[in-house]
Amino acid sequence: MLDFLQKKEEKCTEVWYNIMEIDVKELGFAEVNRKIREAGSECRVKGCIGQRFIAAGMNGKSIVIEGIPGNALGAYLDGAVIDVHGNAQDAVGDTMNDGVITVRGNIGDAAGYAMRGGKIYVRGNAGYRAGIHMKAYKEKVPVIVIGGHTGSFLGEYQAGGIIAVLGLGDGDGPIVGNFPCTGMHGGKMYLRGECKGIEFPKQVKTETVCGKDDEKLCEIISDYCKVFETDAEEILSSVFTVVTPDSKNPFKQMYVAN
Amino acid sequence: MKLEGEVRIPSGCAIAAVISKEGKKMSGSLITEAMKPMHDRSNGLGGGFAGYGIYPEYRDYYAFHMFFDSRETRKDCEVFLKERFEIVKSEIIPTRKIPEIKDIPIIWRYFLSPLKSKVDALQLNEDEYTVRAVMHINTQLKGAFVFSSGKNMGTFKAVGFPEDVGVFYRLEEYEGYSWTAHGRYPTNTPGWWGGAHPFTLLDQSIVHNGEISSYDANRRFIEMFGYRCTLQTDTEVITYILDYLIRKQGFSLDEAAKVIAAPFWSTIGRMADDEERKKCEYLRKLFPSLLITGPFSIVFGFTGGLMALNDRLKLRSMVTGEKDDRVFIASEEASIRTMEPDAVNIKAPAGGEPVIIRVKDGKY
Repeated sequence: MLDFLQKKEEKCTEVWYNIMEIDVKELGFAEVNRKIREAGSECRVKGCIGQRFIAAGMNGKSIVIEGIPGNALGAYLDGAVIDVHGNAQDAVGDTMNDGVITVRGNIGDAAGYAMRGGKIYVRGNAGYRAGIHMKAYKEKVPVIVIGGHTGSFLGEYQAGGIIAVLGLGDGDGPIVGNFPCTGMHGGKMYLRGECKGIEFPKQVKTETVCGKDDEKLCEIISDYCKVFETDAEEILSSVFTVVTPDSKNPFKQMYVAN
Repeated sequence: MKLEGEVRIPSGCAIAAVISKEGKKMSGSLITEAMKPMHDRSNGLGGGFAGYGIYPEYRDYYAFHMFFDSRETRKDCEVFLKERFEIVKSEIIPTRKIPEIKDIPIIWRYFLSPLKSKVDALQLNEDEYTVRAVMHINTQLKGAFVFSSGKNMGTFKAVGFPEDVGVFYRLEEYEGYSWTAHGRYPTNTPGWWGGAHPFTLLDQSIVHNGEISSYDANRRFIEMFGYRCTLQTDTEVITYILDYLIRKQGFSLDEAAKVIAAPFWSTIGRMADDEERKKCEYLRKLFPSLLITGPFSIVFGFTGGLMALNDRLKLRSMVTGEKDDRVFIASEEASIRTMEPDAVNIKAPAGGEPVIIRVKDGKY
C-alpha cells in the first residue's frame, strides 16, 4: 500500500508542477481558507497541522491536502474536490452539500455528519458514528464509502443516502463496531460480508446480495476504485449485507408506551 | 467574583499526554508545544500540566503545590502544615511575567514529610494522612488551595491558554518521563485557578475533556468515603473515584475502567469469554453509582504510567500514537504530530477501551 502511495505521489508531482502551493504550517484556519479562496481553481495545501474548517462551503475548486487537516474539513462543502494525502480528524464533510472528499488514510469520528449531498471516500478506517444523520432529497443522494473498518454507531439516525463499508486492509475484528444503524429510518447501507455476529436493531431489515448483482453498488464501488486505483471486480465479487429501514416496523417508540 | 464551587461549569476542552516507556526525561516544552494546534478547543479560561519524575532530588517527599489569596493565608496554612509535616523545603514556584496570564495568586510549593508520631497516633498510612490534610486545607482553610500533592510529580495550572500557562510556569526547565496537559473551554466561568485541570490527589492526576451527566450520583456515592467535592467540576469527582477504586480498593486500572466506563448490559451479554463476562457483571452490580455517563475522554496520570479512557459511547475524540519508546495521546492527531511528526500506529481507541502505558520497572 505504501508503494502505491509513493507512486501516486510521484505522478502527482509531475502533473502539478504549475499548481499553486500553499504552506499553511504557521497559519490559523481563517487565513488558510482565505489563501485557498484566492488560489484559483487548483491548489495544494502543505503542512496542515490541525486547522479546522478547511475549504468550508467552497465550490469550483480542487484542493490537495498534505499533513493533518483539522476537524470539520470540508464542512458545508458545495462542490469542491478535496484530496487528503494522509489521515483526517473528526467531522469530515459536516453538513456537506456537494463535492468529493477523498482521504487516503483514516478518518476520525462523525464523518459526513448530517451530510446531504456529495461523496466521501476513505481508503482506511473510520471512527465512531460515520454517516450520523445523513439525509437525501430528490436528486441529492450523499455517499460515504469506507475502505477499512468503522467504529460503533455507524449510520446513527441515518435518514437517507448510502453508506458502504468494505472491510479491506489490516483491521481485525468485525467490519463495524457495536450498535450500527441505531435510529436508522432512511437510506441504505452496504456492508461487505455476511455480518454474522453483528447485531442490528429491530427497525432495520437485512438481506445479502452478491456485489455484482446490485447496480447501484457497482456504480459506487467502480467510482471509488477509480479514485484509489484498486480492483472493483474483486470487491464486487463478495457478498454484501444490505441494510434498510423496515417500513413495517418503524422506529416509533423511543421511551415509554403511552 | 464567584469562585469555583459556586457556579457550575460545563467544559469542552483539549487534552494531550506523552510518556517514555524507558523513563527517558522530556522537557516540559514538548507538551506545551503539543497544545498549540488545539488552541481553538480552549477559550483561555484554564490550562494546566502534570509532569512525572520532575523532582528526583526530593522524590521521597510529598510535593504540595499551593495557591494562596494573601500572605496571611499562607502564614496560617504554614502553621497548619508545620503541626503535621516536616517542611523539608518551601519556595515560590518560579514563574515568568507575561501579559497573557493575569490575576496571579501567590503560588508556593512545599516538600513535606509527615510527622511519624502523628501518623502513628492516627493509625493511618502516610498517603491517607496526607490526603486528609489536603482535604482539610481545601475545605476548611479559606483562600488556600492544594492543587498538587504527589511525590516526584507536580501539576501546574492557571487561567489562560495552555500554551501560555506552560510559558508562565517555565515548564521548559522541568524534565519528566511523562506529561499530561489540558486546555479548558468552560462556557460559563468565574475563572479561578483551582478549577483548571489537571485535578490531582497524591500522585494521581486527571485531565478531562467532556461533561459528565452522572456528576451528582457519583458525588453522593464518593462523599460517603470521606472525599469532599468542593469545586463542582466533574473532573474532581473522577479523580476521587479513581483514587477510591485503585488506591483504596486495590482494583487494577483495567477493572477501574470497567467500572467508570462499563459496557452496556447488551454488550456484556454477548461477551464470548465467560470469565470476562462474569467480571463485567460483577463490577457493574457492585458499583452502579460509579458508572460515569455523558461524554468524557480522560488521561489518568500516576507514578510510572498513564491511562487514557473514553466514555463508553465515545462522545469525545481521542487518538494515540507511538514512536520508539514514546507513546502519545491527544484529542487530535495534529497534537501528536506536533510532538512527533513521524509517530506511527495512530489509533482511536474504542469507547470504554482503556489504553494503559507503563514505564519499565526501575526506570522511573
